[in-house]
Amino acid sequence: MAIEPRKPPSQLLTRLQRALGGRAGWSGFVLQLLFVAALAWISYEIVANARANLQAQRITAGFGFLANNAGFDVSQSLIPYSGSDPYTRVFVVGLLNTLLVSVIGIFFATLIGFLIALGRLSPNWLLARISGGYVELIRNLPLLFQILFWYLAVLAALPNPRQSISVFDSFFLSNRGLVIPKPIGQAGFEPFVVAVLVAIVAAIALWRYARRQLFQSGTVIKVWPYALGMLIGLPLLSVLIFGVPVTFEVPVLRGFNFAGGSRLIPEFVALTLALSTYTAAFIAEIVRAGILSVHKGQMEAGSSLGLQRGSVLRLIVIPQAMRVILPPLTNQYLNLTKNSSLAVAIGYPDLVSVFAGTTLSQTGQAIEIIGITMGVYLLISLVTSAIMSFYGWRISRSMGG
Amino acid sequence: MKRVSLVVTLALAAGLSAQAASAQTLKTVKDRGMLSCGVSQGLPGFSTPDDKGNWTGLDVDICRAIAAAVFNDATKIKFVPLSAKDRFTALQSGEIDVLSRNTTWTLSRDTSLGANFTGVTYYDGQGFLVKKSLKVNSALELNSASVCVQTGTTTEQNLADYFKGNNMKYEVIAFATADETIKAYESGRCDVFTSDVSQLYAERLKVANPAEHVVLPEVISKEPLGPMVRHGDDQWFDIVKWTLYAMVGAEELGLTQKNVDEMVKSDKPEVKRAVGTDGNLGEQLGLTKDWMVRIVKAVGNYGESFERNVGSGSKLGIARGLNQLWSKGGIQYAPPIR
Repeated sequence: MAIEPRKPPSQLLTRLQRALGGRAGWSGFVLQLLFVAALAWISYEIVANARANLQAQRITAGFGFLANNAGFDVSQSLIPYSGSDPYTRVFVVGLLNTLLVSVIGIFFATLIGFLIALGRLSPNWLLARISGGYVELIRNLPLLFQILFWYLAVLAALPNPRQSISVFDSFFLSNRGLVIPKPIGQAGFEPFVVAVLVAIVAAIALWRYARRQLFQSGTVIKVWPYALGMLIGLPLLSVLIFGVPVTFEVPVLRGFNFAGGSRLIPEFVALTLALSTYTAAFIAEIVRAGILSVHKGQMEAGSSLGLQRGSVLRLIVIPQAMRVILPPLTNQYLNLTKNSSLAVAIGYPDLVSVFAGTTLSQTGQAIEIIGITMGVYLLISLVTSAIMSFYGWRISRSMGG
Repeated sequence: MKRVSLVVTLALAAGLSAQAASAQTLKTVKDRGMLSCGVSQGLPGFSTPDDKGNWTGLDVDICRAIAAAVFNDATKIKFVPLSAKDRFTALQSGEIDVLSRNTTWTLSRDTSLGANFTGVTYYDGQGFLVKKSLKVNSALELNSASVCVQTGTTTEQNLADYFKGNNMKYEVIAFATADETIKAYESGRCDVFTSDVSQLYAERLKVANPAEHVVLPEVISKEPLGPMVRHGDDQWFDIVKWTLYAMVGAEELGLTQKNVDEMVKSDKPEVKRAVGTDGNLGEQLGLTKDWMVRIVKAVGNYGESFERNVGSGSKLGIARGLNQLWSKGGIQYAPPIR
C-alpha cells in the first residue's frame, strides 16, 4: 500500500541492502550483485538446457505454431472466430472469456459481499443471522464443488429447448442457457447514444453543483426530478427526431436450438454464479472487519449530527473502512480471477480450457503454452493490483493520510 | 557445469533432460522391476479397472503383453490413468514408458511430439451418438445441434471440418474428461456426443438407459489407434512394435492361450521360429527366445484379446470389421516374424 510517505532517493542503496538483508557498505552490495548474476546465469542455463534437450528429443519448440490454423470451434467468443483462424486468435478468445467472467464476477462479488457485510452488522436479528449463515455455509464448501453444483444440479435441471420456459415468447430459459432478443442498431442509434451520454453528463454536473451549494451555503437542492427529466426527456427527443435506435431480433426455435437472439450459455452462468457467491462470502468478512475497525465514536458523532444510519455508513464509516478493506479486497479479486480457471471442469471456454487445454494437446508444445498462460495470469494480477493501489492512494490522499 | 544444468533442468523442465540422456528404456524398466503404462481414465473395452480394481481392455493387454515379454509376469505394471490432454506430456517427461491410450495416429503427432506410433491396435472412425427420441437418422440432419466433445482429441477438429464441409451450424461444448462429457450429454446440455465409434459404444454403457441412445451410421474420419513411445530409443520402439505384431502373428499362426504349450512342440518351421525353438528372434529384440510364448500365455493372440475386451465376449459387442485379419477380409497384418 502506498500509504506510508515516500523516502528520498538518496537512501536507495541503504534501503536496497536492508531489503535484501545484506551487510552495510559496498562489500555487501557486491555480494548482492553476484547473487543476482548467479540467478540470471541459472535462469539462462534452464532455458538453454530445456531447448537443447527438446531438440535432442526432436520435440518441436518455439512459437511458430501460433500462426497455424486452430481447426476447432469454441462455444462462446466475444470476437468473430471460426476454426480457420490461427492459434493467436484462440488465445485472444480464451483471454477475453477469462476477463469477461472475472470482471462480471468481481462486480457481483463486491456487490453481494458489501450487502452481506451490512446485513451481518445490521441491528435486525433475522437479517444478521441469515447473512452470517450465508458466509459460514458458502466459504466452507470447496469452490469446484459449488461450480459443479450450479452447473449439474441447478442449470442442467432446466427443461430442454423445446419445452423451455418462455416470457412473452421472446425470452427463453432452457438447459441451453438464457436466450434473449438481440438489439440491432438502426438509423437512430448514434443520436440516441449521444442523447443518453449528454443526459448523464448533465445530471452529474447538476449533482456536483447541488453538492457544492449544500457545503457552501447549506441550501438543499432537489436534484433528482431534473436529472430524471433529462435522462428520460433527451433520449425520447432523439427517438422522436431520428427514429427508433434499435429493433429486436426475437429468437425462434429452429431445429435443435434457438436461432437469432443473444444467448448466455449455462457454463458462463454457472461459473459466474459460483465465483461471485463464493468470493462474496470472503469479501463480506473483509468489509465487516473494515467497518468494525472504524471507531464507534465516528458513528455516534455522525448520528449526533442528525444523519441517518445509511448516510453515516456511506459518508463517514465506509470511506474510513476502505483503507483497511482495500488490500485484502485486492487479494480476493486476484483469487477470483485465478479461480476462474476452474472453468475447465464445466466446459466454459476460458484461457486455460481453450489455450492451455485444447491448443496444448493439439500442438504438444507444453513449455511454450504453459509459459504464455502463466505470464498472462501474472500480468492480469499485476494490473489488478496496480489499479487497486492507485485507488488506495487516491483514498489516502483525499483523507489527508 | 553439466551436473548443475542437469539438476536444474530435472527440477524445472519437468525432467525432460534425464529422459533424453538415457535412451535405455528397457534397462530402466528392468531396473525398476515395473513397466509404467499410460492408459485412459476409464474407457470400457480399452482400459478400465474391473470390479476388483484390475485394469482390463485391449489397450491394457498391449502393456500386459510387453510386461510378459520383459518380466514373464503380466502384473508387473504401474498403470497411469491420463486425460486426453495430459497424455503426451506424461510420455515426453518420462513418467510413462509407453502410452497405450486409444490415441489416433496422425502425421503431426508422429512428428512434433517427440514420440512415435508403433502400430495400430484398433482401426476406428469418428461417429455420433444421439438420443433415439430426437428421431435423427443421419448425421446430416444435425444442423444447429449442440455437440459435446472431449477436449484435446482429433475429434474436435474432425467435428469442425465435418460441419463446415456440410454447411451446417453447431455449438461445441468441450470437456476435459470423458466422464464430464458423457454426463453433460446425458443431462441434455447437448443433443449429440461425438467420439470414436468404439468409444461411443463404450460410453453408452455408462448412461442410465443405453437402449434409448443410438450411434448414427456415418463414420466421418479415420482413427487408427495405437501405442506411442518416446523418440530416440529404437530398441524400445522395436519391442513395443513387435509385441503387437506378435499378437497379430500368433493369430495368423493359430497360437492361442490354450494351445500355446502344445504348439511349443510343433515342428512347423514358422511356428518353431515364433515360439523360439528355432533361432533367436526374441534375443534380437533384447528379450528372451520364448517372448511370444510369454505374450500369448498372458493375453492370448490379437483375436482373443479383441473378442474378450471389445468383441462378442464383452458388453460392447463390436464386430471385428476392419480389425479382422487381412486374410479374413480385414486389414490387421503383421510383417513376417523371421
